[in-house]
Amino acid sequence: MADNTNTNKVNSYHKQKSKDEMKKQLISFALMIGFTIIAFGIVATDVIVDKMFIVPVLLLLAVVQVAFQFYYFMHMKDKGHELPSMMIYGGIFAALLTIAALSVIVWW
Amino acid sequence: MSQDHSLNPETMPQEPEKATLEGKNKFLGLWFFLGGETVLFASLFGTYLALRNSTAGGPASTDLFGLELVFVMTMLLLTSSLTSVYAMYQMKNNNFKKMQLWLGITALLGMAFLACEIYEFYHYIHEYEFTFRSSAFGSAFYTLVGFHGGHVVFGLSWLIALMVRNAKRGLNLYNAPKYYTFSLYWHFIDVVWVFIFTVVYLMGKVG
Repeated sequence: MADNTNTNKVNSYHKQKSKDEMKKQLISFALMIGFTIIAFGIVATDVIVDKMFIVPVLLLLAVVQVAFQFYYFMHMKDKGHELPSMMIYGGIFAALLTIAALSVIVWW
Repeated sequence: MSQDHSLNPETMPQEPEKATLEGKNKFLGLWFFLGGETVLFASLFGTYLALRNSTAGGPASTDLFGLELVFVMTMLLLTSSLTSVYAMYQMKNNNFKKMQLWLGITALLGMAFLACEIYEFYHYIHEYEFTFRSSAFGSAFYTLVGFHGGHVVFGLSWLIALMVRNAKRGLNLYNAPKYYTFSLYWHFIDVVWVFIFTVVYLMGKVG
């Protein structure tokens, strides 16, 4: 077994910094819960009847929530995340093409 | 064992997950993998969207789905995403015990989610006789949601293996990237679930 020199020494500046970060993440969690409740509420209470309107609203709520997940929970807003952003946006690009292609096939 | 000291520094760097070259590589590698996973799930979502009305006379999405259970599952998975954020926060504070505790809570929430999903599938199969072979809608539904469930199973196995293997090691620069990449993967599972509850359940309920 290696000599375990783990101490709890952490620079106080860094400690404060990650505390502030944690606060932002808690706020984004609250917002995500909020978006989820709105989305379920819209469908459960039938406040919006028009189907052409309800689906885009639901998708928009999902996209915003996922953006919070990526940028705050997965730190994509921090520096040093250029390649990860490229990979995810590349993935989203291919994903949109795939979904568009498969949905258009059905229309034909 | 000459590298022990470099992996167990006296003061932890602020980002222990990216302090070594191996850590940086693991970090990038996992993001590359997630880019690929996005495309994988997109093809399953596309297939589902194309086939969701092909019920072949069997149960349709409006008959099947109940929003209560899906809401509970969503809350469980969303909260487990937050607890893994807390775990990474404790990693940055170099507090190994609290990190393991938060990860333990994450694992419990993930298992609760999985239990709900198994119950849901069991319910569909026995109450509605809605199976993988019922219709094209059935195949597309079970493939998409089941693939996500499979990712949860894999994530839980990964997490438990990590926690057990490193329980006595404590946090060091060797295992910090392993924990960090797991947390990224776990958040991604939640990302996919957000689209599943929106596209499959909510849009399925709307009709």
